[in-house]
Amino acid sequence: MQRQGLRTWLFLAPAGAWFLCMLVLPLIVVFVFAFGERGAAGGYVPAFTFENFANLGARWTAFQNTMILAPVGTLACLLIAYPLAYFLALRASVRWRTLLLILVIVPFWTSILIRSYAWIYLLGGQGIPSLVKAMGLGSIRLINTPFSVLVGIVYGYLPLMVFPIYVALERLDKRLLEASSDLGSPPWRSFLQVTLPLSMPGVATGCMLVFILLMGEFLIPALLGGGKVFFIGNALVDLFLQSRNWPFGAAVAVALVLVMLVTVAAYLRFTRRWAGGRDDVSLM
Amino acid sequence: MTDRKDFLTREKFMEELYRYKKGSVTRRHFLGVTGLGLATSVLGSAVPGLRGAAFAQGSIGDRVVLATWPNYHDPANFEAFTAATGAAVDMNVFGSNEEMLAKLQAGGSGWDIVVATNYAIPTYVETGLIEPLDLSRIPNFDPSAYDPRFASPGVIEGKTYGIPRNLGTTGYCINTADLEGGATPTTWKEYWDLTRGALSGRVIVHDYQLTAIGNALKYFGYSFNSVDPAELAEAEKLLIEAKPHLFAITSDYQPSMRSGDAAMSMCWTGDAVQLQRDIPEIAYVLGKEGGELWSDFFTVPASAPHKDAAYALINFLLDPQIGAKEQAFHGYPTGDSRVDALMPEEVLKDPVLYPAAELLSALEFGAAVTLTDPTRAEIMARFKAA
Repeated sequence: MQRQGLRTWLFLAPAGAWFLCMLVLPLIVVFVFAFGERGAAGGYVPAFTFENFANLGARWTAFQNTMILAPVGTLACLLIAYPLAYFLALRASVRWRTLLLILVIVPFWTSILIRSYAWIYLLGGQGIPSLVKAMGLGSIRLINTPFSVLVGIVYGYLPLMVFPIYVALERLDKRLLEASSDLGSPPWRSFLQVTLPLSMPGVATGCMLVFILLMGEFLIPALLGGGKVFFIGNALVDLFLQSRNWPFGAAVAVALVLVMLVTVAAYLRFTRRWAGGRDDVSLM
Repeated sequence: MTDRKDFLTREKFMEELYRYKKGSVTRRHFLGVTGLGLATSVLGSAVPGLRGAAFAQGSIGDRVVLATWPNYHDPANFEAFTAATGAAVDMNVFGSNEEMLAKLQAGGSGWDIVVATNYAIPTYVETGLIEPLDLSRIPNFDPSAYDPRFASPGVIEGKTYGIPRNLGTTGYCINTADLEGGATPTTWKEYWDLTRGALSGRVIVHDYQLTAIGNALKYFGYSFNSVDPAELAEAEKLLIEAKPHLFAITSDYQPSMRSGDAAMSMCWTGDAVQLQRDIPEIAYVLGKEGGELWSDFFTVPASAPHKDAAYALINFLLDPQIGAKEQAFHGYPTGDSRVDALMPEEVLKDPVLYPAAELLSALEFGAAVTLTDPTRAEIMARFKAA
C-alpha cells in the first residue's frame, strides 16, 4: 500500500515540481511585488502599500478593450469553428477527414509572428483594400483597426476552437440522431435537441481555451492594431519592459488573474446551467 | 587534460562498472572514479557545434555576448573577430534602452557588452549596472578623434563608462509624392498639422515615449526632454487629438512607408538612409524647432562574465578600417574622424547623415530623467489606450 503511494507520488513529482516552480512561485512573486514600490530607476523596492491597486483605474481603458474584444473574438471563433467542426466530424468522408484535419493544424507550423506579418500585407493598402477598390466598391481601411485585430484573433485561435468541438461531435452516438428522426423530429430540431447539447462540452472547452488565452494576448493587437489597439497584455508589456514599473505591473497582473477567475467561474456556472446541470461541461 | 595522477586499471574499471550496474555505487561515483564524466564533458565541449571554436585557445574565452540594436553590425566583422581571437559573438537584439535596462535590472543577463544610448548611461552608472572602463585595454580608442559633444555623455565624473559607437538624429521621413505638389515641410509643427490635416490616417508615431512625447513637446517649442507637468499636459492633449488620425504607433515603420500605407513617420537616421536608397521621393526632415540628437556607446556591465572578450571586441570594432566597414553596412556615422577619413565623399556630403550645423545645434540629447520619469510613462499608456 505504502509502495503504491510512493509510486503515485513519484509519477506526480515532475508535474508537481513544474507547477511549483513555474506557476506557484512566480505567482507569489507577482503578488508580493504588487504591494511594493517602484525604484527611482525602475524595478522593485520592497514596501507595503495599496497604492498600486488604487491606481488600477489608470489602465481601465486597456481592461475595457480586452473585456470587449476577448468575448467578441471567442464568439466569432465559435461561430466559424462550429460549422467547420460539424462538417469535419459528421459530413466529411473518412478519406478526406484526416487531410482536412491536418490542414487545420498546418498554420501552427509557422510562427504566429510571421503569419501576422503576412496579414499586415493582406489587410494593408496593397492587399484586400486595393482589390475592393479595383472592383469599384470604394476605398476601405482594414489594417490597424479593431476589425483587423479581430481577424487576426479568429485566424490565430480558430484551431483551438475547432478541435475540442470536433472531438465532441465525433464521439456523438449517431443512433441518437436516428432515434430522434424516427420519433418525428425534423433535422433542425434533432440538431438543437440532440447534437448541440451533446457537443456542449467541446464548445465549453474551446471557448475557455480561446477566451483565457485572448485575455493575455498582446502580439496580435500590437501588430495588426498598429499599436493603436491597446489590450491589457500590451499594458503589462509596457509596464514591465518600458516604464519598468514592476509593482504596478504586478498589481495589474493580479487584477487580471482575479477578473479571469471571476469570469471563468461565472462562465462555468452559466454553461452548466445551460447544459441542464450536467457535470461534464467543465474543464476542471 | 587532467591533473589526475592515479591510473585506473582495466580490472579496477570493470569492478567499478559492475558495482555501478548492481546499483551499489551512484552514477556520479562511477563517472568520477573512472574519469568518464570528465572525458564526456571535455569531448562534449570540444565538438565545434556545441561550443565556440575558441575552446582550444582559451585566452579570452570562447564567447562574448552583446546586447545591441537591429541592423547595427556587419556579421562579416564578427566572423573576422572570431577567426582572430576564437571568441564567438552572441547577439541579443533589442527595441529600446528601457527593455535592455529592464533585463539588466532583472539580473542574470549574461551580457558582456551593452550598446546604450547616451541618456541611459547615467541611470546605468547610478544603479551600478555598468563599470568604468579600463582604457589601457582599448588602445584603438582615441578620445581626440571624437567631437566632445558626442563623446561626453560616455564620461561621468571624469570616468569613462562608454566608448562612442554610432550617432544620429531623430527627425521624420515623408513621402513627398503624397504632398501633391505642396512644399516639403521643415518643422515639427507642420508634422503634427499634416497629421491632423492633409495626411490624416497615414502618419506613424514611434512606440517610444522619448521621441513620441519629445516631438509633441516640440510642437509648442518646449524642450524635447521636458518633465514639466503643464508642458507635458499640452503634449498629451496633442497626442490624443492626433491619435484618430494616425496610421499606427510603432517603431517598425519601414514596411508601411515602403508599401505606401503610411506617408509620414518619425524616423531615425539609418532608416531614412535605407528608405531613400529604394524610394528617392522620401525626404528626411529635421524639425527646425529641434528634436533628438543621440549617440550610442559601448558599455561593459559589472556582471559581464567574459570581460576580456568584451574589451577585445570593443577594441577590434574601434579599428578605423573595421569601423569603416561597419558604417558601410549600417549607414550610421560613427563620429570617429579616423573613420570619416576613410569614407567616400558622397557619404560625407549626405545631409541626412551629416546635417547642417544650424539644424544640428537646435537638437538636444535625450535626458536621463525621461528614462525614469513616471509621468511620461503614464502619458504614453494613456495615448496608446485612448
